[in-house]
Amino acid sequence: MYSKKVMDHFTNPRNVGCIVDADGVGEVGNAKCGDIMQMFLKIEDSIIVDVKFKTFGCGAAIATSSMATELIKGCSLENALALTNNVVLEALDGLPPAKIHCSVLAAQAVKAAIGDYYKKQGINPEPIVGRIVSCQGCED
Amino acid sequence: MQELIYFDNAATTKVSKSVLDAMLPYLEQFYFNPSSIYSAANFSKEAIEKARGQVAKAIGAQSSEIYFTSCASESNNWAFDIAKKRKAQVHFITTEIEHVSVLRTAKYQEKEHKVTYLGVNDDGRISLGDLEKNITKNTSLVSIMYANNETGVIQPIDEIAEICAKKGVLFHTDAVQAVGKLPIDVKKQKVGMLSLSGHKFHAPKGIGVLYVNKEIQFNSFLFGGSQESGKRAGTENVANIVAIGCAIEEAMVCMQKENEKIQSLRELLFDGIMQIPQVKFNGCRNHSLPNILNFSFEGVEGEGILLHLDLNGICCSSGSACTSGSLDPSHVLMAMGLSHATAQGSVRISLSKYNTQQEVHQFLDVCGPIIEKLRAISPIWQRS
Repeated sequence: MYSKKVMDHFTNPRNVGCIVDADGVGEVGNAKCGDIMQMFLKIEDSIIVDVKFKTFGCGAAIATSSMATELIKGCSLENALALTNNVVLEALDGLPPAKIHCSVLAAQAVKAAIGDYYKKQGINPEPIVGRIVSCQGCED
Repeated sequence: MQELIYFDNAATTKVSKSVLDAMLPYLEQFYFNPSSIYSAANFSKEAIEKARGQVAKAIGAQSSEIYFTSCASESNNWAFDIAKKRKAQVHFITTEIEHVSVLRTAKYQEKEHKVTYLGVNDDGRISLGDLEKNITKNTSLVSIMYANNETGVIQPIDEIAEICAKKGVLFHTDAVQAVGKLPIDVKKQKVGMLSLSGHKFHAPKGIGVLYVNKEIQFNSFLFGGSQESGKRAGTENVANIVAIGCAIEEAMVCMQKENEKIQSLRELLFDGIMQIPQVKFNGCRNHSLPNILNFSFEGVEGEGILLHLDLNGICCSSGSACTSGSLDPSHVLMAMGLSHATAQGSVRISLSKYNTQQEVHQFLDVCGPIIEKLRAISPIWQRS
């Protein structure tokens, strides 16, 4: 059902945990839909120097959030914001159709965390990161 | 491939060797169409009638009341069809925790008829008062499952049947999980119709039964040949029919001994799993099948648990949304009042006579660490 890469990130998720003094924290999803993702960013000079995540959800939810952290670690905020769910999908060698929404959620978690960073800087995040759809399934 | 630990016997069971031996001649030697005139085909015809008798005996019915179907889903659909044609105005009563083959059949009836879905208490059982209150003069069928496929919780069937008899309402029970595990007597228990499925008690997939009490008048479900007393056309699946007869007889003979063994494994599992912090048992200890256990592990999602168990060669199921392909978690656990998050973290373990103590210990060795690992990743575990 899952690719080797998905199973690798599911069984050995990278960057698990939280950052107590994070510069930006994003949370998307809800228990109703079965997935909750939290992302913590440490940002220096517009570069993501550290990232951690925690996820409640299925194998795909854990793998996509793990992969998303790998893809944005060391990136500029600009590049991190360019992360789409397709990039996450490709990096994991695809997901079953019913699980595509997990990759959307992972990309949204990154945006939510960067949005929170801008907010903390006193900058309105919406023009930069766009609207965060917390859960595609229930439009929550 | 590593040796599998198969703890998903409520999904399906392994075909037993004796059942396989009994059915194979009807594929290899006696492959004839039972409706044919020549004497060779008579073996097949006789084998079907022998199996019908075996099934009838196992549930306290008469042979003429046993109709072979392709599966219990078909039996359940048929039961609703029979009930629908008995009255001009039709009202169905069922429960929120039925198998989808009843739930979706009931849902379809809503286009033209009234359907009442009874809820359950937090132990998974319906309230008899609730049932009685909802029966009206138009009620043409009460369909309530004997025992639940996700939790193993047994419904008060005798009392339900008594209420239906008193009110003159036809009672159907989906007994797929109960047959072979509980003694059933449809006459004593006043059951009007009963569905069962062979592959839950070591017969192959593709064979089911609908028992219909002989007092009930009904028309053909599948039109065509005169098989199954003209009620259900189609050339009989002789080998599978032989298999279900053999399997149900075997299950009846060995029921007590096997139940004792399975129950002891179940207790071992129960005690071991309850050692894990923040685990919730979903069920009813006093009214449960011997072979099914259902737990929710706070803070984790079911699919993750199943994937890790699978990596350890263990097959289980979950009531989580992800495994069912929908966004909603188990309708059974939700009906029992569980929160979304708790229902998502459920795992069902279902045993058979082939499971061993060693397998239970192997399961318990890996289960705790898997939950711990997933909780370490979980943002909602951190909060609780």
